[in-house]
Amino acid sequence: MALWLTQLFNGLSVSSILLLIALGLAITFGLMRVINMAHGEFIMIGAYAAYLMQKIFQDSLPGSWFGAYFPLAIVFSFVLAFTIGYLLETTLIRFLYGRPLDSLLATWGVGLVLQQLARSIFGAPNVGVTSPSWLDGGLRVMTGVVFPYKRLFIIGLVILCLLAMYFYIYRSNPGRRMQAVMQNRDMAACLGISTRRVDSTTFAIGSGIAGIAGCALTLIGPIGPTIGTNYIIDAFMVVVLGGVGKLAGTLVGALGIGMLNMLFEWWTTASLGKVLVFLCIVAFLQWKPMGLFAVRSRSLD
Amino acid sequence: MGRGWLKGSVILIALGMVLAACGSNNNNQGAASPSASSPTPSASPSESASGEASPAANDGGTVKVGVLHSLSGTMAISEVSVKDAELLAIDEINAKGGVLGKKIEPVIEDGASDWPTFAEKARKLISEDKVATVFGGWTSASRKAMLPVFEELKGLLWYPVQYEGMESSPNIFYTGATTNQQIVPAVDWLLENKGKKFYLLGSDYVFPQTANKIIKAQLKAKGGELVGEEYTPLGHTDYSTIIAKIQAAKPDVVFNTLNGDSNVAFFKQLKDAGITSKDLTTLSVSIAEEEARGIGPDILQGHLVAWNYYQTTDTPENKTFVENYKKKYGSDRVTDDPIEAGYVAVYLWAAAVEKAGSFDVDKVKAAAKGVEFNAPEGKVTIDGDNQHILKTVRIGELQADGMIKELWNSGSPVVPDPYLKTYDWAAGLSK
Repeated sequence: MALWLTQLFNGLSVSSILLLIALGLAITFGLMRVINMAHGEFIMIGAYAAYLMQKIFQDSLPGSWFGAYFPLAIVFSFVLAFTIGYLLETTLIRFLYGRPLDSLLATWGVGLVLQQLARSIFGAPNVGVTSPSWLDGGLRVMTGVVFPYKRLFIIGLVILCLLAMYFYIYRSNPGRRMQAVMQNRDMAACLGISTRRVDSTTFAIGSGIAGIAGCALTLIGPIGPTIGTNYIIDAFMVVVLGGVGKLAGTLVGALGIGMLNMLFEWWTTASLGKVLVFLCIVAFLQWKPMGLFAVRSRSLD
Repeated sequence: MGRGWLKGSVILIALGMVLAACGSNNNNQGAASPSASSPTPSASPSESASGEASPAANDGGTVKVGVLHSLSGTMAISEVSVKDAELLAIDEINAKGGVLGKKIEPVIEDGASDWPTFAEKARKLISEDKVATVFGGWTSASRKAMLPVFEELKGLLWYPVQYEGMESSPNIFYTGATTNQQIVPAVDWLLENKGKKFYLLGSDYVFPQTANKIIKAQLKAKGGELVGEEYTPLGHTDYSTIIAKIQAAKPDVVFNTLNGDSNVAFFKQLKDAGITSKDLTTLSVSIAEEEARGIGPDILQGHLVAWNYYQTTDTPENKTFVENYKKKYGSDRVTDDPIEAGYVAVYLWAAAVEKAGSFDVDKVKAAAKGVEFNAPEGKVTIDGDNQHILKTVRIGELQADGMIKELWNSGSPVVPDPYLKTYDWAAGLSK
């Protein structure tokens, strides 16, 4: 019983992490159709932003303030990834719309450049981020069952991001403009929407959310120039399985993969578990090529 | 389309010819003026790779050696520091007048964390640059990729990292530990001091798999018990399920052969699950001072490691080594076992060359037998039979400041035994 409770929580936690890394991609790939191989590097940028923020607090601010660095780091990593995403869109991506293979290669190259840039600035070895003390330890549910605060925090953060995105996309004016452009670009342009500006903002928001993911992942994972490569495949899997272009699909896709991953890993081994999960995804996509939530729209044909 | 294609390919071929002509031009220039090649080590691999190749490499007062590590890609995390240590040793030797009166000139190449690239660059270093020897490699995969190249071209490789044993190439010198200088004594020590129930956790590739095969045979012979064995893909970052499995298996010891980023994830998540070094003993063979810095010392505090050298190892040579390393590369840098092994490799090669009185690979190999060096880890000696070196084994505990405190050492250097021939229980493992 205790074991199953722990595992259920672990599955949920894995799902929340998957969702967090896939949310940004759900926008840049899901909505904008840019096969963004540099998505992992935006996660990396977010992680280094957290490291920088921590360094500022350690070096130049009183020690008692240290616990406050993390919320600020989340904001900072969003802003930094947003800015770099915006720059990337205006200087490169916008020339590649509608050319999936070119954008795949170009963003992959951008990813490599960003990796090497991080290596030149911060050095090749991993850097350490000390997580704030208020996230140490865990919630003791019953004997032998501990829910670590960090994982609870990530679950909370994901819910927050998801809600914010939902309200932005479906309930706000800029979000409606974004939807209009993604659904029927020409018509939206005719109605006076600046599609250029919408494109840049949308891509930047996707990158910014990847930054938040990177910042959160410093709590439980490594921080180095190549961490993006650890997450990029999973992120694409979630978006493809969920159905390209649907937020709800991404949510269900992440939950499905996370839970399956936990179960298979528990029953078999980590390597075999991963293989089985991929097999399930491939089989499922054979049956439903559009993913869990297919969007029916003429513009997407 | 047909015409455009033809035109394009003609241009392409023409371009290729021009480029080839330029390339050979460069080479000619290099041969004409060997003084153009600078003796100072250059940090950029592309610089040193371009155009310096003069066929008569060993003329003009310098001798070329190759330095081949991953300077980009996932393994750059570990290998860049080893390259730095090797360049430090080369600088020190040059400052003292070089080898056989010649200054050592490093040719730095990037293996890019890609095993075929290692083989390709090794071939380039031997055939084109005509280097006297190569220092390089980290992963067993990169060594296995380079091995046939060195054997075919009769080159010489110095490999600086602890590895899984079961190998002894006539063209490779191994300055890191083989299994009986790290893993086997560590398991013995754990059985004696920490308990019988072992859980083996490793990354899914050749080193952990082979190491665990040896550990399982050893446990069986010495009355230990295996309660679990688990491999995770390289770059795996979620250990919650594995930690639950470990908790369910209740081992006395987790023997950890994870490599790279996975260690960070495993130890961070272990701490979050409320498990400290007091609740569970772990011993790692891939975490040294450098890795500890990236994981966070507060997370690793109290966990055990096994190596041959720590930055805190108390010898006069080590004091100078750490001082010089920090002076050259920054006071925030740390030294660790593979870094030291890379540094030692350069000195051992230089000593063997001096003894042989020649840069010829066969003569150096013959002379290397019994060559001694007062290394930072203590005195090391080259074993002439298997070309490994005699090293002292040390088990240490990670401290809050990221340094490692030695708990136990083997007293004297251990004779390398890559095939574990002197251990009865290991019979049949090398098959």
